[in-house]
Amino acid sequence: MSDMAMLNSGAENPVDEMVLLRHRNIPDIDQLSVYLSNGGFAAFEKAVREWAPAKVTEEVKASGLRGRGGAGFPTGMKWSFLPDKIWPHYVVANADESEPGTFKDREIMEKNPYQFLEGLMIAAYAVQAGTAYIYLRGEFWPVAQKLDACIAELERAGLLGSNLLGSSYSLRLYTHLGAGAYVCGEESALLESLEGKMGQPRLRPPFPAVAGLYNKPTLINNVETLTNLPPIIKNGAAWYRGFGTEKSPGVKIFSLSGRVKRPGNYELPLGATFRHLIYDLGGGIPGGRPIKAIMPAGASSSLIKASDVALDTAMDYEAVATLGSTLGSASVIVLDDTVNMKWLLQKTLAFFRHESCGKCTPCREGTYWMSLIADRMASGKGRSDDAALLGSVAGQIKGKCLCPLGEFSLTAVQTALSLFPEDFAA
Amino acid sequence: MPKLVNLTINHTRVTVPEGTLIVDAAKEAGINIPVFCYHPKMEPVGMCRMCLVDVARPVIDRATGQPVLEADGAPKLSFGPKLETACTTPVSEGMLVVEDSPKVTAARKDILEFLLTSHPLDCPICDKGGECPLQNLTLGYGPTESRFDFADKLHHAKRVPLGELIFLDRERCIQCGRCVRFQEKIAGDPVIGFYQRGRKLEIQTQTQPGFDSIFSGNTSDICPVGALTTADFRFGARPWEMEAHPSICAQCAVGCNIVFNTKREARSEGGMAIKRVMPRQNEAVNEIWLCDKGRFGYHYLQSGERLTRPMIRQNGELVPVSWETATDTIVERLKTGRSGLTVLAGGRLANEDLFNLKRLADAEHGKTLFYTHMGGGDLTGQVGLAPGSNLATLGKGDAVLVVASDLHEEAPIWWLRLKQAAARGASLVVLNPRATRLDDFAAISQRYHYGRVMDALAALFAGEAGQVLSQAANLVIFFGSEGLGVDGSQAVAQACANLLIRTGHTGRPNNGLVGVWSEPNAQGAWELGYRPAKNLTAELAEAHVTLVAGADPAGDDPALAETLQQSEFLVVADLFMTETAKRANVVLPALPYSEREGSFTSGERRVQRFTAALPPREKAHTEAMIAARVAARLGLKIEESLPVVFEKLAAETPAFTGLSFDRLAETHPQKPLLSREDLYYSGTAYENTAGLGCTLALTGSPAEAEPVTPELPAPVENALLAVPITRLYDRSSTLVHSSSILGQRMIGAEVWLNPQDAAERGLSAGAEIEIHLKSANWPVKVVINADVPAGAALLPRSVGIPAFELAALEI
Repeated sequence: MSDMAMLNSGAENPVDEMVLLRHRNIPDIDQLSVYLSNGGFAAFEKAVREWAPAKVTEEVKASGLRGRGGAGFPTGMKWSFLPDKIWPHYVVANADESEPGTFKDREIMEKNPYQFLEGLMIAAYAVQAGTAYIYLRGEFWPVAQKLDACIAELERAGLLGSNLLGSSYSLRLYTHLGAGAYVCGEESALLESLEGKMGQPRLRPPFPAVAGLYNKPTLINNVETLTNLPPIIKNGAAWYRGFGTEKSPGVKIFSLSGRVKRPGNYELPLGATFRHLIYDLGGGIPGGRPIKAIMPAGASSSLIKASDVALDTAMDYEAVATLGSTLGSASVIVLDDTVNMKWLLQKTLAFFRHESCGKCTPCREGTYWMSLIADRMASGKGRSDDAALLGSVAGQIKGKCLCPLGEFSLTAVQTALSLFPEDFAA
Repeated sequence: MPKLVNLTINHTRVTVPEGTLIVDAAKEAGINIPVFCYHPKMEPVGMCRMCLVDVARPVIDRATGQPVLEADGAPKLSFGPKLETACTTPVSEGMLVVEDSPKVTAARKDILEFLLTSHPLDCPICDKGGECPLQNLTLGYGPTESRFDFADKLHHAKRVPLGELIFLDRERCIQCGRCVRFQEKIAGDPVIGFYQRGRKLEIQTQTQPGFDSIFSGNTSDICPVGALTTADFRFGARPWEMEAHPSICAQCAVGCNIVFNTKREARSEGGMAIKRVMPRQNEAVNEIWLCDKGRFGYHYLQSGERLTRPMIRQNGELVPVSWETATDTIVERLKTGRSGLTVLAGGRLANEDLFNLKRLADAEHGKTLFYTHMGGGDLTGQVGLAPGSNLATLGKGDAVLVVASDLHEEAPIWWLRLKQAAARGASLVVLNPRATRLDDFAAISQRYHYGRVMDALAALFAGEAGQVLSQAANLVIFFGSEGLGVDGSQAVAQACANLLIRTGHTGRPNNGLVGVWSEPNAQGAWELGYRPAKNLTAELAEAHVTLVAGADPAGDDPALAETLQQSEFLVVADLFMTETAKRANVVLPALPYSEREGSFTSGERRVQRFTAALPPREKAHTEAMIAARVAARLGLKIEESLPVVFEKLAAETPAFTGLSFDRLAETHPQKPLLSREDLYYSGTAYENTAGLGCTLALTGSPAEAEPVTPELPAPVENALLAVPITRLYDRSSTLVHSSSILGQRMIGAEVWLNPQDAAERGLSAGAEIEIHLKSANWPVKVVINADVPAGAALLPRSVGIPAFELAALEI
């Protein structure tokens, strides 16, 4: 925890405790009584009792919080897109967490569930939704079990249900398990799945904010995004802006994995460097081997070729973009010099082939084809023109897919081919 | 009137209504943007990505809200970062769509290459080959060599029966989902769906029995590849080998426009044969759809059991003779006959036949009777639909009432059209004794006890529904014959006509009364003055020379068979050796409508022309010709040539004034625009080049009249009430000789009972029992159906059990 204290750069914010992963400071915070005795639901109470819904939205806008699911869209602005002439509104927590290398939401939900639920409740209050859903990937059934127990506890405690805290506001929460499909993390496919249909993305427009769940205005936020809300409401936007950078304020959980000594979730202010995460916190590469590349956003990353410049780059939405990549959900996968890019592409493409929903042609056929080529190359049966063919097929998919998943399938391919041509030499 | 939007596609300026999709706007401008998943009858899904185009929009100055101008004063345009799907993107003012650039062409090549990676390329044995969008577009954009390893191709089942009518070739399927969406959104039968994901995505049937829908054949038309083929046409012919002959479906009164595809083949002993029935676009009738009965039920037309030669009875046996002898026999009899000729005609005859037969009967001091189980056609002639009517234009503010009919079974395309009208906002009111598939879309759905329809109608008109109907901008009333005979349906028609007259819903387009007849030309028979006999048995008993055409009274009713057996002189013109024909003195082989031209008048009063699809195969004649030949021998002049007969008919029948075969053959552009040039746009339905038909004028001034309600049968203790109903896959004379293709769907002799009534009598589903009806016993199979009201025993018509109106039935 000393690392955290050191990293919280702003001297006026000498925070030595976690904002999101509070269970690391406070034992048993997954018990309602413990959560309550540590200030739990004070933010929700403040919102419902003292603040108009619009004020909650304004405060979140002011905090500069951006979506932690990967896109980094300003959260408060997203909330304000819900039209106030169409009712009911719905809120959905995106707990699908399917990006390979991402495991932050799971830790939040398992260890600090009430803060997440309180955040969801604050969001629901802000858009005046009477029903909110938590959409979990199918493999998260033990998490769903835990959340359901928490929801029951909240209902017993009178924190969920009708006329909450003496107000006219009523709210119910429900968990919903998907069937385990990556594409259901894409919000419109998630809504289809939540409606009981096949998990395939919808055409956009209309956007979910206008026509989402059951064709009604729907707010969809990632678990981590929502978990930021209680401290923001409790401590104020200015406090939150004390963390991170001007354009990427706040804290973020980085899921570190790959060739590092100490993989795991690390809560840091946005703007911390790759070097700090990988070497100071993650303990560096086993055996002291040289780092080769970084995938900052899981399997859908554009690869970053390791260099001093890259390692000293701040991990925020803007700085990572200067490296030709994206911060995404901040699932940092470290690759060392033992990793051959043929092997890497074989793995990522097998994933995308498996997860393509099949709705649109370029993704369905393209991921299948790319995966075949990558298999061939990785097994040593590649042909001299396979790398060129792979690049060509990737380019052929680019810009033509129905949803972002198809585009994600080729980012690693294109960057691996351009940054590490030596790995593909026949 | 929607706002119009101006845009440019390639170099063509286009003006289309706001909200039009780029793909449709291009179509209007004569530019065909290739598509697979898009279909103009369905909402876009943007799945196949074939229609990617480059779209530029005017740059708007954020400060002023005005378009930014180039130096030359033209609006500055900005292309989007990515290509956009033309099928999901609506047009906007000032838009520039580029679909012929190298960039767009390259994108099409990319998508096509992807589609072909897993395609089996088995065009040489594919039924779709020759009219296949994928094949055509591959020719346009496909690579000449495959970069995809042949050995890597996935192999899937090539013969998956989704049901007994439709086969799926999983290798050919490109997962466009048109079939799934058609079944869900248009047919209202979501019986097939996707299973699995990614490259494993496949179409599956989700019902037992498989693909349980009466519209399933349409999916083979809109499938843009050879993935869905019909059991009927599968490996039957290559599309380019066949001729296309425009015709009209004769399976019910809707009058769907069809094409008979024919081909000369060895299996037909070197003769021409119908290989398939395809829809022909008529947006005012069937759009581009057909029901499966219409599509697959044509086999009787070329049955080997058809009558081939005239026959006369000699020494008790029917023996083949020449037409001359047969005609002589009839003429001789007419000359010596004491008084006249009684013509009993069914609604399967063409207008020209009915007209000539009537002229013959009139000349011979005879009478013409209409053989029907349903009355009210005199009223549909007065207050029926007026010219300009089109069910597709019914919507918000309009109302439709359906009385005593299960439209899904009796006239599937009308059901489809009313489902759509309801979706557009029309108020649908359904009044039927039991639940039907129309209830799902009804604003108001009411039940009544069989036998109490007149009370129910009076109550309906007096209540909330009456308000809805009276105040509707346009009102169409469909009446049928569920549980009703001729008199009962006549009374219902009268009550409905009274409402239409009273509320001013007559004489205008989209207003009026429609009879749900079972035959293609029942309305035509009524319009031409044919009327059912008050007492058919008596009429037949008294007749001296009886000519029965297109009807089988003896097969339907043993009492009539008995009467006909005793006929003084019976002439039968038909396709088959019916029960009636077996009792005839002279049997004449008639020509099916597929081997001649003529016209039918649909239930909507639209006169439509059909043409000969095949040369007359046997020594058969049209009924019109038979009448003309007999007349000639009697020294009368009745025209033989069918166009001339129709002209004569039009000249003498006020409703037909001004009509001719040429008028019936007129067309005008319809939307969606269809052509065989770009099959990928809307499928293999044929464009209509042979005529859209004409709706008959309304003549006379309709007046309200008191309906005459028939009496109910006297209650019999422990008896059930026998209720005649009409089923789609029935055994009426058109289908009885059909091939086995629809075999498992055909109904047999059955009685439908409520579960309670069945339990009380110890009957289980499928039990074979005898019912006692009209002093005779009939073997039937028990069907248990919860929608059957207690005390009722439903008897499907056309299976030889004489249930024509309500009667007591004992088990």
